[in-house]
Amino acid sequence: MAALRPLSRIGRLASGICRNHRLICDTRRRGVASCVDPAHGLTDEQKEFQKVAFDFAANEMAPHMAEWDEKEMFPVETMRKAAQLGFGGIYVQPDVGGSGLSRLDTSVIFEALSTGCVSTTAYISIHNMCAWMIDTFGNTEQRERFCPDLCSMEKFASYCLTEPGSGSDAASLLTTAQLKGDHYILNGSKAFISGGGDTDVYVVMCRTGGKGPKGISCLVVEKGTPGLSFGKKEKKVGWNSQPTRAVILEDCAVPVTNRLGEEGQGFNIAMKGLNGGRINIASCSLGAAHACVQLARDHLLVRKQFGETLSNNQFLQFKLAEMATKLVASRLIVREAATALQENRSDASSLCAMAKLFATDECFNC
Amino acid sequence: MSGRVLVGVKRVIDYAVKIRVKPDNSGIVTDGVKHSMNPFCEIAIEEAVKLKEKKLIKEVVAVSCGPQQSQETIRTALAMGADRGIHVEVTGKDYEALGPLQVSKIMAALAKKEDAQLIILGKQAIDDDCNQTGQMTAALLDWPQGTFASEVALEGDKVKVVREIDGGLETIKINTPAVVTADLRLNTPRYATLPNIMKAKKKKIANMKPADLGVDLTSRLEVLRVDEPPQRQAGVKVETVEDLVGKLKEAGTI
Repeated sequence: MAALRPLSRIGRLASGICRNHRLICDTRRRGVASCVDPAHGLTDEQKEFQKVAFDFAANEMAPHMAEWDEKEMFPVETMRKAAQLGFGGIYVQPDVGGSGLSRLDTSVIFEALSTGCVSTTAYISIHNMCAWMIDTFGNTEQRERFCPDLCSMEKFASYCLTEPGSGSDAASLLTTAQLKGDHYILNGSKAFISGGGDTDVYVVMCRTGGKGPKGISCLVVEKGTPGLSFGKKEKKVGWNSQPTRAVILEDCAVPVTNRLGEEGQGFNIAMKGLNGGRINIASCSLGAAHACVQLARDHLLVRKQFGETLSNNQFLQFKLAEMATKLVASRLIVREAATALQENRSDASSLCAMAKLFATDECFNC
Repeated sequence: MSGRVLVGVKRVIDYAVKIRVKPDNSGIVTDGVKHSMNPFCEIAIEEAVKLKEKKLIKEVVAVSCGPQQSQETIRTALAMGADRGIHVEVTGKDYEALGPLQVSKIMAALAKKEDAQLIILGKQAIDDDCNQTGQMTAALLDWPQGTFASEVALEGDKVKVVREIDGGLETIKINTPAVVTADLRLNTPRYATLPNIMKAKKKKIANMKPADLGVDLTSRLEVLRVDEPPQRQAGVKVETVEDLVGKLKEAGTI
């Protein structure tokens, strides 16, 4: 008898999702089953942001997503349209063209955009992360030089930390930057850079000092700088709307005025950027899972086997309930991490990492 | 001319939602259902904001009649570019009975109060499909009307309206002040931008009750029953043309 109780709870949850089936949309992901509604707990203003992002995703991204993936197109025009709405520098400060919103607002927006195309939204979030790094750690001249174009997506950005020899052990990176007069000469290569080759502004973590994290600085390298070249476009399974290439630096001279912050501060800047990056990528997973749960539910209500719709199949009801639970649990940890980061709480970094881990795994299982 | 445009915006059940009839057939289920701005009202707001951007009018005022949640709809209008909002509070039974006659009385009273040069409304709401509010408002004010507009051009103290009618397109020129109702092809409503959504927070929404405007909300209509449309019946396949004619004769259709 005791074993039946949790099962019946799952059954009730499943019927709660399916009960509203007539309130639910055709395929346009608009009407939402109330228990997984991503608008729960948001302020009116956040709901407005979410609405714009959902509308943009449904109208401008979803119809083209398959084509972008198949033809491996980097959707520059669509991303620029998104930038016009303020999605180019969501948490960048308004004085340099950003929207000045919070991390939670950002998470809500990326989650909604992701329902249109995860791959493109993921790139947009990387772009946002780079813009924020320059906004936060750059001096006035650097902010004014780079941020407005990044916020409008006149120029696109890439984040360059990983190398062939240093992935998890990022602090052991080998790309060197030797000071010669008023330039750093960069030598080394970065691997798996999103947007690499198609983007204009590269935020590169490189070694100006000794070993370990304290020897790393952060330099902004612009496309067209002699000595900056790119590897071949990597062949990927999925996520094809953003190109991935190696970034190669051979005696690449970068002005000292392109260094963000102080020498030795680079690793710190990189990690701080990644905190937000983790929330953003987790938010993309949320959006993808949300779209999946809706599609699954719609299918269950339509597909018939053995004389009834799949929605009457108990196992599938349990499965749907589990998917919904994973989605909501993931959303909660991601939003909490966003709030923690915004408030600069001491647990922010670990929460961001946990949120990324949890959400990407659980949502993948959706 | 005041240069002020009133735009009515209605909060309706979102167009993508599948409607459900209440078990007692007294109406439609609205609790917990996603609502948004009537699509034709979005088009109306877009047109007004465009006129302001062209500097042909000075101020866009978004008006909505309904319960507290109607303020969300006004906020959306403000985020699209309206300057301020007016929320006419109507709740409970009054709200259930609120129809074009009552709304047009409210719009007419507001038009006089605000000295409006132009009223732009959606041609109809997607919940009741009445297509009456614009016309009734014009009648109550004794103003000219340009309905089903697919093009609107302000020319001095006149408005040129291209109307989509059954026979094609009709172009009329009417004096302002006037009422225009927006049809589908008038424009494509813009997305609100993030900065505009934030600016909208600071824009004012005035609250008032219909009694403040001297409007009597009594309905002349009583909804007896709401039913779903009849389910589609399965058809019958026939083998020959003779069979088909025979069946049609049986059904009394020929």
